[in-house]
Amino acid sequence: MSDAIAFLEPRANVMARRSIIIEDLADMLPPECLVHEARELVPFETDAFVAYRRLPLAVVLPKTTAQVSAVLKYCNRYGIPVVPRGAGTSLCGGAIPQEDAVVIGLSRLSRILEIDTFNRTAKVQAGVTNLAISDAVSPEGFFYAPDPSSQLACTIGGNIGMNSGGAHCLKYGVTTNNLLGVTMVLVDGTIVELGGKHLDAGGYDLLGLICGSEGQLGIVTEATVRLIAKPEGARPVLFGFETSEEAGACVTDVIGSGIIPVAIEFMDKPAIEICEAFAKAGYPLDVGALLIVEVEGSEAEMDAMLALIVEIARRHGVKTVRECQSATEAALIWKGRKSAFGATGRIADYICMDGTVPLSQLSHVLKRTGEIVEGFGLRVANVFHAGDGNMHPLILFNANDPDEAARAEAAGNEILKLCVDAGGCLTGEHGVGIEKRDLMRHQFSKADLDQQMAVRSAFDAQWLMNPSKVFPLDGRPETRAFSA
Amino acid sequence: MSAITINTTSEVNTVPMSAILVPVCEEEAAGMIRAAAAAGRRLQISGGNTRSGFGNRVEADAVLRSAAISGIVAYDPAEMVMTARAGTPVAEIEEILLENNQMLAFEPIDHRTVMGTEGEPTIGGVFATNASGPRRLLSGAARDSLLGIRFVNGQGEVIRAGGRVMKNVTGLDLVKLLAGSFGTLGFLTEVTFRVAPRPQTEQTLIVSGLLDEDAARAMALAMGLSVEVSGAAHLPDNVKGRFLNGRLPEGAATVLRLEGLSASVPVRAEKLTAALGRFGPISRIEADASAHLWHQIRDVLPYAGDSQKPLWRVSVAPGAGAALVLAFRQHAGVDAFYDWQGGLVWMRMEAEPDADLLRALIPRFGGGHATLMRASDALRASTPAFEPQPAPLAALSERVRQTLDPAGIFNPGKMGA
Repeated sequence: MSDAIAFLEPRANVMARRSIIIEDLADMLPPECLVHEARELVPFETDAFVAYRRLPLAVVLPKTTAQVSAVLKYCNRYGIPVVPRGAGTSLCGGAIPQEDAVVIGLSRLSRILEIDTFNRTAKVQAGVTNLAISDAVSPEGFFYAPDPSSQLACTIGGNIGMNSGGAHCLKYGVTTNNLLGVTMVLVDGTIVELGGKHLDAGGYDLLGLICGSEGQLGIVTEATVRLIAKPEGARPVLFGFETSEEAGACVTDVIGSGIIPVAIEFMDKPAIEICEAFAKAGYPLDVGALLIVEVEGSEAEMDAMLALIVEIARRHGVKTVRECQSATEAALIWKGRKSAFGATGRIADYICMDGTVPLSQLSHVLKRTGEIVEGFGLRVANVFHAGDGNMHPLILFNANDPDEAARAEAAGNEILKLCVDAGGCLTGEHGVGIEKRDLMRHQFSKADLDQQMAVRSAFDAQWLMNPSKVFPLDGRPETRAFSA
Repeated sequence: MSAITINTTSEVNTVPMSAILVPVCEEEAAGMIRAAAAAGRRLQISGGNTRSGFGNRVEADAVLRSAAISGIVAYDPAEMVMTARAGTPVAEIEEILLENNQMLAFEPIDHRTVMGTEGEPTIGGVFATNASGPRRLLSGAARDSLLGIRFVNGQGEVIRAGGRVMKNVTGLDLVKLLAGSFGTLGFLTEVTFRVAPRPQTEQTLIVSGLLDEDAARAMALAMGLSVEVSGAAHLPDNVKGRFLNGRLPEGAATVLRLEGLSASVPVRAEKLTAALGRFGPISRIEADASAHLWHQIRDVLPYAGDSQKPLWRVSVAPGAGAALVLAFRQHAGVDAFYDWQGGLVWMRMEAEPDADLLRALIPRFGGGHATLMRASDALRASTPAFEPQPAPLAALSERVRQTLDPAGIFNPGKMGA
């Protein structure tokens, strides 16, 4: 376990009252909605950022908005920190609790409330998984567009907290572009409705503000999302290039040509080898970089778009072009890409970075990333959403070697700074959480961060929501001690 | 000290001429705002002043305009991203985009026609009012294209939020918060936004003679097909004649736009025609006429100029627009047409009915909000321009506002109830 990232010191007055708090929570909730035995708390001690873990004080799993409201009202009254949790798939430690915090899990808020094909909306409870929405509306010919890699497990509540993206957001946007309304509980237990089925919510764009707020502004219990008519067809094409630079230049030209594919995914040589060994997707092993470009539409449209894209790829010296002849082949191409993280996890421990850079900087950042990781004596595999500049270098290391773990973290930090310096940002879709919290000053000035923190305070004056996340611990309006 | 009229709309604000502040750079603006905050001097914020008549009447001691903070800062067409200073004319931006075969996907409405204003709309004004047009249905609103901003807060501090990349979840999204805040949270100095390729061609299908409710069904069906309709509007018989100089076919016009590759638009048009044939006769208009029609819809052409009759902009679920208008007609004479598949209703009242009546009806049709765009001075003085929010939400919004402008110097009163 690494100890480089600090947490706020648990509030002694809360810790001292632990058994009373658990009794009080038990009075508010049905027995099956409260978890407090140490052994049962273990599954909640971390998320997908497994290097850090802390046992929470208790976990509540409310079934209704009213129960969420009651718990929040209570915690707010007694100054007890609260950590919202969807499925715990956060890659940045966004759902890691701490000893004085009550976790509010969304898993029992898992009903799809309404599918409205006339208005193309679905209203769901926040614990519904991302993929469950698309599955539910698929028979009617619709889908929900944002598709994070964890879509089988991750919840819509978590997606809103992190403003999740996915491979197909180049065309359809990320969560914030597909969210129409929410029911949200504020920290004092007040229940508010933002937006609805109409296209633009009135007043200030609080819906836009809570998207990606990482559970710091309130807890969303219901969401109304936009549905999109399923395209007639979709077809991925595989392009193999000699070098990453050629692939990167091809991406820029495709985007600049006026065609917007639904996805452009990039893999470098190490990533190709790892994924091919695992998924047997038939990826070419004699190339230095690979692009998966997917287009949508009718057969005629896809033919027209792919002809243009292939022509651009040829101008950049493409070595291999594989158009798929069947749905099975298409699925196989995506299987390789979608299993990238899992496949990497089988051969080594890894940390996944999430910086985004302007497209013009892709080649430069890729090259420097390789140099940085090499400089720390480690290996890197790159697999990412190239169409929108969202990089995902996977830094491979051995978690049992504390020195390697520390070097991996240091290399990751250098890469994120590189992304910011290239005109990009620390995180494109995973969020800041605890992982990138201490790098925030590299991207934002003191005035920028102070303004964000002031807005945060307007929602949660005591800073109880999701403690230790997003903002550097020193310099916060709250004056709590912290320690590693 | 002489006084001048700031707005050419029915709203009349008078401030001393010496109190029109037109900074030429962000730093100068920040200094002016710091001075105003220190002196408790309230500022009316504007860009090109073509949209500043929106909202409640603003009581201000001076006008602060971004018009001179102008110019495109960065634009790489291959990245589909542009950065421009807030006072840059929209026309200048659209011209450069056109040269590069690109456009603003959200198709911003030019409010001069309907608000009866003059002057040069600015890109800052577009985002400050979240001004979006017909393509909002497919490609999102202005706020969805906005990637990053620089602004001066009410304490005169320069704040940067967002960035120039399409995916960014680093910190709180103050970009969205500022978009559509009508100059009440900050003075925008620079905006970075996503641009989109221009479609090779476009075509509009016209289904003729539908009642509003049937049009709503036809539009819902069209939007549910995989043909990527990029505009869905219904122009009832009484307004239809105002479009394209009366050249639309007989009867109400339900219009559906298709855009994209030349190889694909006709194919999709066939598919759409086959699906909608049972609703009524279908005709088509091609590229230039189609583009012209959607400009007129975007700019609310039928209700141009007629400034004394109250004009409302109502946002409801797309399926609710026609039903809402039908219900409202039980109480008052109203002329209406629909964009956004029926979810954006432009309503011109024949008289000055109680705004509360309209606002009370909206929740019965699934919720939404009504904005009073234009009316007599008397009606505007007695009617909150923006839909009043439930108390907890209004209180939250006010707490948020105070973090950006603690002294309350930016457009005071403009958005509140």
